[in-house]
Amino acid sequence: MHTLIFRTIAPYLASLMVLFSIFVLLRGHNEPGGGFIGGLIAASAFAIYGIACGVAPVRRALYFHPMAISGFGLLVSALSGAVSLFMDMPFLTGQWTEIDVLGLPVDISTVLAFDVGVYFVVVGSITSIALALEEREHA
Amino acid sequence: MAADGQWLTFLVLILPFLGAAAAPFLTRAFGHNAAWVLALVPAFIFYHFTGFLGAVSEGETVAGGYAWIESLDVDFSWYLDGLSLTFALLISGIGTLIVLYSGGYLKGHPHLGRFFSFILMFMGSMQGLVVADSFLTLFVFWELTSITSFLLIGFDHSREAARRAALQALVVTGLGGLSLLAGLLVIANITGATSLSALLSEGEVLRAAPLYMAALLLVLGGAFTKSAQFPFHFWLPNAMEAPTPVSAYLHSATMVKAGVYLVMRLNPVMGETLAWETILPVFGGTTLIIGTLLALRQTDLKLMLAYTTVASLGLLVVLTGFGSEVAVEAAVLYLVAHSMFKGALFMIAGAIDHETGSRDITKLGGIGRAMPVTFVAAVLAALSMGGLGPFFGFLAKEEIYAGLGFASGWSILLTLTAVLGNALMFAIGFAVALKPFTGVRVKMPKTPHEGPVLLWLGPLVLAADGLLAALFSDLSHRFVSSPMASAVAGEPLSVSISVIPHIGLPLLLSVLTIALGIAFYLTLERGRAAMAATLTAIGWGPDRGFDQAVRGTVRLSTFVTGIVQGGRLDVYMTATFIALAAALFLPMVIFDELPAMPVLPSLPFYELAVLAIGFIGLAAVLHARDRLTAIVSLGIQGFAVALIFMLLGAPDLSFTQFMVETLSVVILALVMTRLRLSPADHRPTGQKMLDISIAAVCGAGLGLILLRVTQVPFDDALSVFFAENARVIAHGRNIVNVIIVDFRGLDTLGEIAVVMIAGLAILALVRIRPGVAPIKAEKKQRARAVEKVEA
Repeated sequence: MHTLIFRTIAPYLASLMVLFSIFVLLRGHNEPGGGFIGGLIAASAFAIYGIACGVAPVRRALYFHPMAISGFGLLVSALSGAVSLFMDMPFLTGQWTEIDVLGLPVDISTVLAFDVGVYFVVVGSITSIALALEEREHA
Repeated sequence: MAADGQWLTFLVLILPFLGAAAAPFLTRAFGHNAAWVLALVPAFIFYHFTGFLGAVSEGETVAGGYAWIESLDVDFSWYLDGLSLTFALLISGIGTLIVLYSGGYLKGHPHLGRFFSFILMFMGSMQGLVVADSFLTLFVFWELTSITSFLLIGFDHSREAARRAALQALVVTGLGGLSLLAGLLVIANITGATSLSALLSEGEVLRAAPLYMAALLLVLGGAFTKSAQFPFHFWLPNAMEAPTPVSAYLHSATMVKAGVYLVMRLNPVMGETLAWETILPVFGGTTLIIGTLLALRQTDLKLMLAYTTVASLGLLVVLTGFGSEVAVEAAVLYLVAHSMFKGALFMIAGAIDHETGSRDITKLGGIGRAMPVTFVAAVLAALSMGGLGPFFGFLAKEEIYAGLGFASGWSILLTLTAVLGNALMFAIGFAVALKPFTGVRVKMPKTPHEGPVLLWLGPLVLAADGLLAALFSDLSHRFVSSPMASAVAGEPLSVSISVIPHIGLPLLLSVLTIALGIAFYLTLERGRAAMAATLTAIGWGPDRGFDQAVRGTVRLSTFVTGIVQGGRLDVYMTATFIALAAALFLPMVIFDELPAMPVLPSLPFYELAVLAIGFIGLAAVLHARDRLTAIVSLGIQGFAVALIFMLLGAPDLSFTQFMVETLSVVILALVMTRLRLSPADHRPTGQKMLDISIAAVCGAGLGLILLRVTQVPFDDALSVFFAENARVIAHGRNIVNVIIVDFRGLDTLGEIAVVMIAGLAILALVRIRPGVAPIKAEKKQRARAVEKVEA
């Protein structure tokens, strides 16, 4: 699928999709979206980029091995659940606080961190499967 | 019951594990001299336990513990009486010397830190085993000793013999551990007691119970495998593959005595029955004789000692099971004496190996002048092992003969067994202690000279202890022997034997033993040749049997795997989907729950349009000529489903469905190109018909079950709860997301873990090199090659 048009558009398309996936992830708590869907969008972005331009540029762009990203996500989710343990509450009890970003009140929570972890796990796992499949005969 | 200092005892129980965690770092910093620091761990434990000597010698017991798993009523608890305290002191005391000795023996070894770590972990496990009170604590530590022993035997893991020995020890003692667990459960079921201290008062109930025999056999299964009783003795000599400090510590002084400990612990509860007093002496006596005879055959110092250890364990089992108070006292004395002299002799064998480069008794001689301190320690230890005065071993032997006595034919038989076994052990003990050191100096791989202080300190201290404990027998009896014997017998006993010999039958038997022992010593070469010839004639032993059993198991599992997993994907798929169809249909048919015919709703035009898209996708799949087109067409069907979700007010689901559908088409397409399947479908018509009917049945089943489910009145308790609380409790307006990340967060955590593991597994599958053929294909190729050669 090395068509010129596809190869030219793919990087822009992929970055737009990644941006959109982050948007979907962050708004997930109140509107349709969330870590799982966001992760799937980002994973398809990387898969498209890989199909269009080859696997090596994707790996370079990701910098970390996708499986490591997935592991990081699992760790983030587990740790975000552990925060409540220190406050004498059961594992995974959501903790909320409000911070001020440029004059706007923003709710920050361990639940958000948990969702971010889900996002990373999904992105990492699906991307590593897709990239491994896209890689053809190699050492 | 002293509650104060409870936390200190708990600290002492976990201290070895903390030490194990610190050991690699200390070793990196100080090299082999880390031994001096690490030895402080067992030394402190020893010191802590000596603090209980006073109270325990007065007949008190110390108990303590914490609730462990409250919902299951499981405690982490300990119980110190004469028996467990003596064991704890032996473990920590000898442990101190062993840690020091390891520092000298493995100086410069690249994995010394790991070794220290393992041996401290073992020490902690053994410590926990002997002081454990609740059954579960006992079992956990029992298994931990098996596991740490596995690590230590296989320490030199680059050698196949070491790996095999480690695995063998783990399998034998691990199976024994399971048997012990079953036995403890039976006991708990009979008596209701879940701790050893509570069990002590339940002896009569247990002995009268119909399941007594089952409990006894199961518990003895654990004890006999751990303590290497015939026919489970074979793993112990093989365990000599471990570095010598391990052999000295685990396989003579401590771990192998865990079985003896258990038997002693249960003696007041399960003892004094006909079964107990028959099974124990018979197995113990057989082990004693077989152990000594096999020891005769060996030329390797460590193996000679290993087989005499097997024999000594047999003797201990005989004495514990004999059923007289004096025999119990003898068992206690012999156990303490054996731990000291056998630990010392093992360390000496290691020192000889370390300094001369050989452990073969026929290739050693005349090194006494070069290694005087080691020589002295060896002679001291051998005197105790031979049961000569004024050593602790002498006290033990006098008591053994006094305990077994000449009262009946049974006791005469056992006494003679003990005399024969002791005489052979006498011969072998002195062979190890004298032969390498005396006689003509022969050529050895290394020029011998005295080892460093770390190498001779341990054996010398242990051997000297054997002398001191006997000379000050009043003290050792008051603090050690009497309390321990009382705990084993279950009633207060007072050990009084001293080094001053009394003229009587026991002394006479001692003289006979020594005379026989000297005779065996002088004819050692001839005895060895005779044993070697006998063993060759027999040609089969439990050791070979173990290998045959392992091979048999592997063959069986290969056979079963060949049937269950033939390696053909289509067979797997067919089986899976037939099972799915059955799971969908059978319950509905059996319980008569088939759905009623639904009323067809009048759909608005746009819903009909979506339905039409779905059917178009279906038609496209059926019409597709090659597989890739079929996969993409399947995507159409998926998008139609996503649209239905959207129309029915589930945007999140719809969103996800779109993404999943897209990605699965992409990934399936990639897999197709990767597998290089032929693009078209080449299934024969019969196969196609079968596949179509399975697919149709699965689809119909799923449809019917969905219909049935929607016809049941809907319980909206959960939906109402989520709708009400998503905003209030969880600060979110998107209920689906709130459920995923908050209300059901634990589920999600599990799910993402599965996603990641599945990802790893798929990655591994994809990475398998095309050159590596599946096992079956490989076998076929090999078979074909063989046929060619034969033709």
